[in-house]
Amino acid sequence: MIDFLLNGQPRHCAASPDTSVLELLRDSLGQTGTKEGCASGDCGACTVAIGEAGPDGTVRFHSANACITPAHQLQGRVLATVEGLARGESLHPAQAAMVECHGSQCGFCTPGIVMSLFTLYEDQHADGTTPPALLTPQRLEAALGGNLCRCTGYRPIRDAALSMGDYPHARPAWLEQCTDAAATSPSSPVEHHGDSAFVQPESLAELVDERTYHPEAPIVAGGTDLWLEVTQRLARFARVVDVTRVTELNAIEEATLEDGREGWWIGGAVTYSRLEPLLADHYPAFAHLLHRLGSAQVRNRGTLGGNIANASPIGDTPPVLLALGSRLWLTGPEGERELPLDDFFLGYKKTDLREGEVIRATFLPRHEPSRHLRVWKLSKRREDDISAVLGAFGWRLEDGLLHDVRLAFGGMAATPKRATAAEAALEGQAPSAAAFQAARLALAEDFQPMSDVRGSADYRRLSAANLLERLRLVMAQETTDAPREVMLHAYAH
Amino acid sequence: MRTLTKLDAPSRATNDLDDATTRVREEQQGRIKGDGPLARGTEPQETPPAVSRGGAGSASAHESAVKHVTGRAAYIDDIAAPADALHLALGLSPVAHGRLTRLDLEAVRARPGVVDVVAFSDVPGHTDIGPVFPGDPIFVEDEISYAGQVLFAVAAETHRAAREAVKAAIVEVDEQPASLDPVGAAGRGEAVRPPHVQQSGDWQRSLADAAHVIEGEQFVGGQEHFYLEGQACLVQPTEDEGVIVHTSNQHPSETQKLVAEVLGIPFHAVTVEVRRMGGGFGGKETQASPWACIAALVARRTGRTTRLRLPRAEDMRVTGKRHPFHNRYRLGVDAAGVIQGGELTLIGDCGYSPDLSDAIVDRAMFHADNAYFLGEARVTGHRARTHTASNTAFRGFGGPQGMMVIEAAMDDIARRLGEDPLTIRKRNLYRPGRETTHYGQTVEQVALLHHVVERLEASSDYWARREAITAFNAESPVIKRGMALTPVKFGISFTAKHLNQAGALLHVYTDGSVQINHGGTEMGQGLHTKICQVVARELALDLETVRITATRTDKVPNTSPTAASSGADLNGMAARDACLSLKARLFDFASEHYALDREGMRLEAGALVTGAGESERRIPWGELVQAAYLGRVSLSEKGFYATPLIHYDRMTGQGRPFYYFAHGAAVAEVSVDTLTGEYQVDRVDILHDVGDSLNPAIDIGQVEGGFIQGMGWLTSEELRWNDGGQLISDGPATYKIPTYGDLPPSFNVELLQGHPNSMASIYRSKAVGEPPFMLGISVWAALRDALSSINDYREAPRLDTPATPERVLLAAETLRHRGESTP
Repeated sequence: MIDFLLNGQPRHCAASPDTSVLELLRDSLGQTGTKEGCASGDCGACTVAIGEAGPDGTVRFHSANACITPAHQLQGRVLATVEGLARGESLHPAQAAMVECHGSQCGFCTPGIVMSLFTLYEDQHADGTTPPALLTPQRLEAALGGNLCRCTGYRPIRDAALSMGDYPHARPAWLEQCTDAAATSPSSPVEHHGDSAFVQPESLAELVDERTYHPEAPIVAGGTDLWLEVTQRLARFARVVDVTRVTELNAIEEATLEDGREGWWIGGAVTYSRLEPLLADHYPAFAHLLHRLGSAQVRNRGTLGGNIANASPIGDTPPVLLALGSRLWLTGPEGERELPLDDFFLGYKKTDLREGEVIRATFLPRHEPSRHLRVWKLSKRREDDISAVLGAFGWRLEDGLLHDVRLAFGGMAATPKRATAAEAALEGQAPSAAAFQAARLALAEDFQPMSDVRGSADYRRLSAANLLERLRLVMAQETTDAPREVMLHAYAH
Repeated sequence: MRTLTKLDAPSRATNDLDDATTRVREEQQGRIKGDGPLARGTEPQETPPAVSRGGAGSASAHESAVKHVTGRAAYIDDIAAPADALHLALGLSPVAHGRLTRLDLEAVRARPGVVDVVAFSDVPGHTDIGPVFPGDPIFVEDEISYAGQVLFAVAAETHRAAREAVKAAIVEVDEQPASLDPVGAAGRGEAVRPPHVQQSGDWQRSLADAAHVIEGEQFVGGQEHFYLEGQACLVQPTEDEGVIVHTSNQHPSETQKLVAEVLGIPFHAVTVEVRRMGGGFGGKETQASPWACIAALVARRTGRTTRLRLPRAEDMRVTGKRHPFHNRYRLGVDAAGVIQGGELTLIGDCGYSPDLSDAIVDRAMFHADNAYFLGEARVTGHRARTHTASNTAFRGFGGPQGMMVIEAAMDDIARRLGEDPLTIRKRNLYRPGRETTHYGQTVEQVALLHHVVERLEASSDYWARREAITAFNAESPVIKRGMALTPVKFGISFTAKHLNQAGALLHVYTDGSVQINHGGTEMGQGLHTKICQVVARELALDLETVRITATRTDKVPNTSPTAASSGADLNGMAARDACLSLKARLFDFASEHYALDREGMRLEAGALVTGAGESERRIPWGELVQAAYLGRVSLSEKGFYATPLIHYDRMTGQGRPFYYFAHGAAVAEVSVDTLTGEYQVDRVDILHDVGDSLNPAIDIGQVEGGFIQGMGWLTSEELRWNDGGQLISDGPATYKIPTYGDLPPSFNVELLQGHPNSMASIYRSKAVGEPPFMLGISVWAALRDALSSINDYREAPRLDTPATPERVLLAAETLRHRGESTP
């Protein structure tokens, strides 16, 4: 059974392990305000706000796509949907602003947009400051990039976001009464219906135990990829292991490796959203990439561990982590081990993970002033799209020469992969046009990309080489009088 | 009192041009009473004259806005159904072309939860549900024509059980090679309909005599509708032999007809209801019907309510899209770049069946001139047949694809002559003496067309920005900026003449509240809001007094699709007609009952008013209605409207297919990264003509939304099929419509003010659904402009659409290589 608060009302629901929040709402609870637009987490029509009581007892919300969120993850949480925002006939500021700004036309995406605005509004008022936190264009884009609207062209939605702060501050009435979230119990006893279970271990020991006895059960964290198996390919999961509540997997810990490198172990279940502030401080290029990884709804739920374990050739973070020289900390029934990320990807969607093993943490080295990182993603649409090509480039410049050059690409091979021949062409060289010319030519040895829905092999070859040319221009900018603009500001950081 | 209704009685002889011309003149001179200037701009600046709060002309909110934001607006899948309702899933063809040699559904029937399975042989009535021409089988009988064609349907207790059961079918196909190239198909004469030609004068001579002959070729990609609410319907069996169909549908009357024919029952046994759609854009004009037919079949067979909703990937594979086009042009121009004549060839990729393709390719031909005089020209339109889903209506209905060819030509002419593209565009605009289209219709508002372009040219600061862009590009090797101003002239009316009619049904209840119903459907475009506003204005009531109900075939019968931007034009007039008749009856009654002077009687601010000054008498609306009821006067009225003047002779390719044209223009500025093909739209300025706006807020919404959708069509929205003809861009993960970040940071949109429609449309407004879509062409032309700078503006690169970063990069690369090889 799942115990949670739906718009302030305690709910106690039975559901199979592979039920989504959207199915629970629409099919079991008759709450049809939340819409299904794609059932793949790409359109945002089903956006809901999931709340959790923080240490101070106040509920903090994040937006999520209900269609690919496992219903059982609601256990002990507060779920807000479009039906729960108004106080009687008095609309929430997010709703009132949408009406006033003519922000809805067909209205089908509107509940999702209202919920994204609600989450943004709550976030703006989170630290109790008045006036509420300012909405920069970047923040608006981050909050709304995951909600497709086919009618309005978004201008009135932008206006609604900007004007909702003009209304008297308001929260749903029920929210004022459930600040301590006492109505729900966050504990989640493992439930068995025969072999069917949605298992929610809270410690690494419990997780390893579960993996020992049920290594075949799929692991879910954000569900942003796994749940597509259910909605698109009709897979059935009798037993699912949810790692989002494992304390160790949620930790971000400072550490020093044996080779002396300092940095952090990022727990496997740490979401992109939680990682973002750390990256913003140390690796702005990486943080900027996160803004283009999925949407807010996806970043709030997707995890670094999932992106790596999934081993997709077009996953966004692995090339960056390869360029940073990341390491993985794996835990499983046979014990623990550590390996360089370079050795983890074996083939298309094939990794070195052994039966029952999980990614406990990923090592993110601390930024050294002498080291540089650039990350560039190419896709048809700037926001919420999957890479055609992603290039992540790390280097040190010492006495005018390039050292520790690491050039990693996504979308160019069956796995995220370093361009070792191109790296060799640059290593120890001055960043000259000739050296980069050699590196561009060497890319042909490194990669034989394929054509697919996101781009042709020719485009991938050409644009990957051109990203190296951009890299040269960026380096030249710091030393000589290269062109002022070498990339578009919408894509720059 | 002179009324629009009388003025616009259907013309008797369609080819009687003299009569028609006289009437046009009458209309242009006769300023209709009560049609004074209305508020325009996003904020209402003036109160509409009829003293009705929220009436036509004011920026009232969408009638469902509050329901949208609270989740209370119900779409098809939100309608509660009985506990025993059935859910349908479809079995689809895995291949694009072949013969179905075996369809064994025994294992499907045996799956848990399955209640019924239907295929071709189970259809009692018609099996061909082609909307205009035959060619669309409800299920495959033996020939398979596209990947995704429906083979059978499964009804089960749950949606999931139905979808799982589909997988148990044994399907064997003798697969044959798929024809996926429309150019090759047109060459071989493989067409869904014969070609059509429009010709004016001696096009060959104009080419032979021209100072320059300029030619080009382009591929214009298709577009997925991506309505957020997918295809869906819910069918309830009735106690007689019929059904009630709830459907997300732009054409309820056609669905009624097809459902009745498939079931083999009279039309009156089928009621179709549409409250609202979660987006339509043309994708639910003909292609919402098959699902209703299949669900109705199962509902009748089982006696149970039946639901059919297509999962997104299936929706995208099964339904047709905007037609991709291959266009070619060869134009003769004089030394100043002014077109003298030439030849335009448009090949529409229709998919496997006719659907609406004849009219769509026709409309592409009607718009191959866009806003420019073609001189002595021949326009040929081919309807190629390929093994893909049957391409269908989509906002603009072929018009955008037709305009693309002439807009490409404008840039090409400019580069050849070394002129700015705007200069060439202005020189070629229709103007006095050069105002007849290649199909014989006169462009009446040529001054307006020039005014729109010139005002926007000034307000967008075109020439100063042009200078800045040229200077920037000279200094910037990687980032290139580009800008383009493109106009729109879009013909308003269905080109199928009989569709230009509409009906409405008006009820006044004894408390004075008013209910209006009409034949149009609400898909988000604000039609219902506008119709309520028309009624409120006509009856001088507050908008809240007027409520609209779901579109139903048993309220207003034999309706046209809500399409061709015509919803408000046609249904607004029909609603007004009903109001005028009812008003006349109430006035007759009041003059007798209250012994008042019938002359000068009027409705004002919720009251009937006669006389003026001291002799003025006011009878509140509620009191009047009560008295009329007690006096046994009917408080219900129907209205009707048929568009006058229009005609088109397909034999000669000449006529006046459009009642009027809507105009607009856009300036887009872009920056392109020539190393990666990435680009951003930096600024867009739009000036658009809606005549006297019925609702400025809604119209601005249509203009902005249309522009962004048009931009998406030409930039990021790429449909891809594999070699076997299977659509591989079948969801939002692979098919990218614009999202929030694609909104230009500077987006200045204005409605043209002070130019009422020259035709007697509803309150002199103009249709607004489709015309702004083509403003998006400015973004594509701006991308070409930016790319042209690579070669010092000596040529405009070929840039097929959608102009994805890949296509932009490859075009840049081509220009760079050409630049290297020339001295």
